[in-house]
Amino acid sequence: MKSSTRRRLTFGAAVVTATTLLLTGCAKGGGTSSSSEDGTITLWTHNAGNAGELGAIQTIVDDFNASQSDYEVDLQAFPQDSYNQSVTAAAAAKKLPCIMDIDGPNVPNWAWAGYLAPLEGMDEELSDYLPTTVGKYDDEIYSYGFYDVSLVMVSRQSILDENGIRTPTIDQPWTKDEFADALAKLKASGKYEYPADFATGLTGEWWPYAYSPFLQSFGGDLIDRDDYKSADGVLNGPEAVEWATWFRGLAANGDIALKSGSDPAQDFANGKTGILYSGSWTAVPLRKAFDDTVFLPTVDLGQGPKIGGGSWQWGMSATCENTEAASAYLKFAAQDEYVAKVATDTNNIPTTPGAAAEVPGFEDGGENDIFRQYAEEYAVLRPVTPGYPFIATTFTKAAQDILNGADPQATLDQATKDIDANQQQNNYFQ
Amino acid sequence: MTTPTAEPLSEAGVVPRAARTTGTAERRAPSGTRSPGLVALLMLLPASVLIITFLLVPIGLTFVLAFTNARLISPEPAQFIGVTNFVNLFSDDTFWASLRNTIIFTVVIVPVQSGAALGLAVLINSKMRGTNFFRTVYFLPVVTSMVVVSMLWLFLYQPNGLINAVLANFGIAGPDWLGNPKTALIAIILMSAWQAMGFHMVIWLSGLQTIAQELYEAAALDGANRWQQFVNVTWPGLRQTRTFILITITIAAFGLFSQVNIMTQGGPLNSTTTLVFQAVRSGFQQQQTGYASAISLVFFVLVLAVSLVQRHLTRDKEATR
Repeated sequence: MKSSTRRRLTFGAAVVTATTLLLTGCAKGGGTSSSSEDGTITLWTHNAGNAGELGAIQTIVDDFNASQSDYEVDLQAFPQDSYNQSVTAAAAAKKLPCIMDIDGPNVPNWAWAGYLAPLEGMDEELSDYLPTTVGKYDDEIYSYGFYDVSLVMVSRQSILDENGIRTPTIDQPWTKDEFADALAKLKASGKYEYPADFATGLTGEWWPYAYSPFLQSFGGDLIDRDDYKSADGVLNGPEAVEWATWFRGLAANGDIALKSGSDPAQDFANGKTGILYSGSWTAVPLRKAFDDTVFLPTVDLGQGPKIGGGSWQWGMSATCENTEAASAYLKFAAQDEYVAKVATDTNNIPTTPGAAAEVPGFEDGGENDIFRQYAEEYAVLRPVTPGYPFIATTFTKAAQDILNGADPQATLDQATKDIDANQQQNNYFQ
Repeated sequence: MTTPTAEPLSEAGVVPRAARTTGTAERRAPSGTRSPGLVALLMLLPASVLIITFLLVPIGLTFVLAFTNARLISPEPAQFIGVTNFVNLFSDDTFWASLRNTIIFTVVIVPVQSGAALGLAVLINSKMRGTNFFRTVYFLPVVTSMVVVSMLWLFLYQPNGLINAVLANFGIAGPDWLGNPKTALIAIILMSAWQAMGFHMVIWLSGLQTIAQELYEAAALDGANRWQQFVNVTWPGLRQTRTFILITITIAAFGLFSQVNIMTQGGPLNSTTTLVFQAVRSGFQQQQTGYASAISLVFFVLVLAVSLVQRHLTRDKEATR
């Protein structure tokens, strides 16, 4: 009896000590976000909770710190959902870290806002990078990324063969009619909850990233890219209405779900859908799920297949006091070796040919080489204007409304009007 | 259990008495070293600093920013653009949908939530074993974060989720609750009422327990049945509690945001967008601080008007009594 109470007491004491340790540990970790004390610079990344990429970035930082003694980089990771808000808040408080990563389409906005400093003297290092992985604004380079991702149509060879669907190739992708025919065949087979899954349940940047390429393949666009002043005629022209009608038709026919499940790749692996519209990031799990998974080019809706380009990239803040340290790190990290490291650990497309040779599967003729080819052939950058965040959210809402049955022309006219008003109210970001 | 009852009543009775006692104690002890005015100022300080920083300054800023083209992220200084934001706002279909949804939500949820909470309170007020258990169970959703509750109900409301599975047992083909413009707002209303009702149940309960037991005994002696007791004893006895609950639910209902943000993002087809959701979307995702301020200003005026009307109505009743 006595010994058991004592044991309980020691256990209690241990718990209390552990908790205190944890708490003080947390407090210690929280308060060190300022930069530039004797050569130490801070690096922010959106990768908290994303072990693969965070580990790769940590390796680069460790290697850099070990490679020289002048500078020290201190990595701080944020969860992706709150990353942009953290950066905006830090910028308002003039507490941006020296180095940070940026989602590709936000680069013009942040460059225009004065968050980012142009990267000087890196033209050589970045000369063989995929064009979609180098963030430019006003003819200056502001960021570069280690990888890109590619949108694909995922299916299984056996599904295609059983239903008599032609296997599309990069030279001969599905046409609009062929795709409709393939969906009809899959529906007729009665095996699937939905013939295709367009991941309509995802939110945020996925919508402009995934669905504006279809619009571009029809011949429309998010904004007129000649001068980035107006969306009139491209977002509400006949091609755009055609896109909207097609997109709504898929949902109305029951070819895709109005709102698909939270994990479309898992649904595909479970045989709920016949074709999955997703990205190269599903390659690893879906190859594990089936031995005949194929990653097909997306559909040619008139102007050839299109996919979104540009993923997370790295840049330097305009308020960085120790620019030599930041430049040194960014140059160090841009080596093929690290491009290969990050691409391998994240299963993404390495941006340079040199790195591609080192990443398993991405060598010429490798099983992942196709993703790099898609990225080279089909990728379209999202509009390079500081107005992009507004365009993206406006397009998202319009596309969601259209999918749910709103009148295409009226919805697109409204979106165009809103985007034009925003560009104009900001003096076209001159 | 008694503190919540004291709150709505306190304005009239409890506070001055408490203030009087502490006041005299204060005056006797240090005997004139500090003036009462200074002490009062010191006591006001913590609350007023917080209220000024987090309430008055933002409200003041909203008034100013609403008439500018201020942006969340911009190298340009904000410019005064007059009433352009309001002109745009009043010609924006989404704004009218937001206003409509906010009003529908409030008008429906006030009676539903307070009625259900009263029902629970009456049930729990009976002297039976295990009332504490039920009290805790009904109160659980209140202490659970709205974000968590929304995520859970997101699964419950799925076309093949639990709710539709249960309905299917009765031969009813349930709708795609959150995907159908006709049912999305109702789904959010039901879930919100369920989440918050425990809180108001506790307040009703405290009101119920202040009603003297003798009144029920007297009513029973007069031959009143349960329903007559409720109408003639319970309901009049809950007048103060009722006012408090009406006002708190109304104000909470106007601020509808978290559920919408997590479950539907305002869709489908604007069927669940609300004023606060639209303000947050414009201000943060679309970076239009000025426009969002204009929405907030309209929202502020709306809530102010409704609160004034409610105050007026409840005060009137007091006077006639």
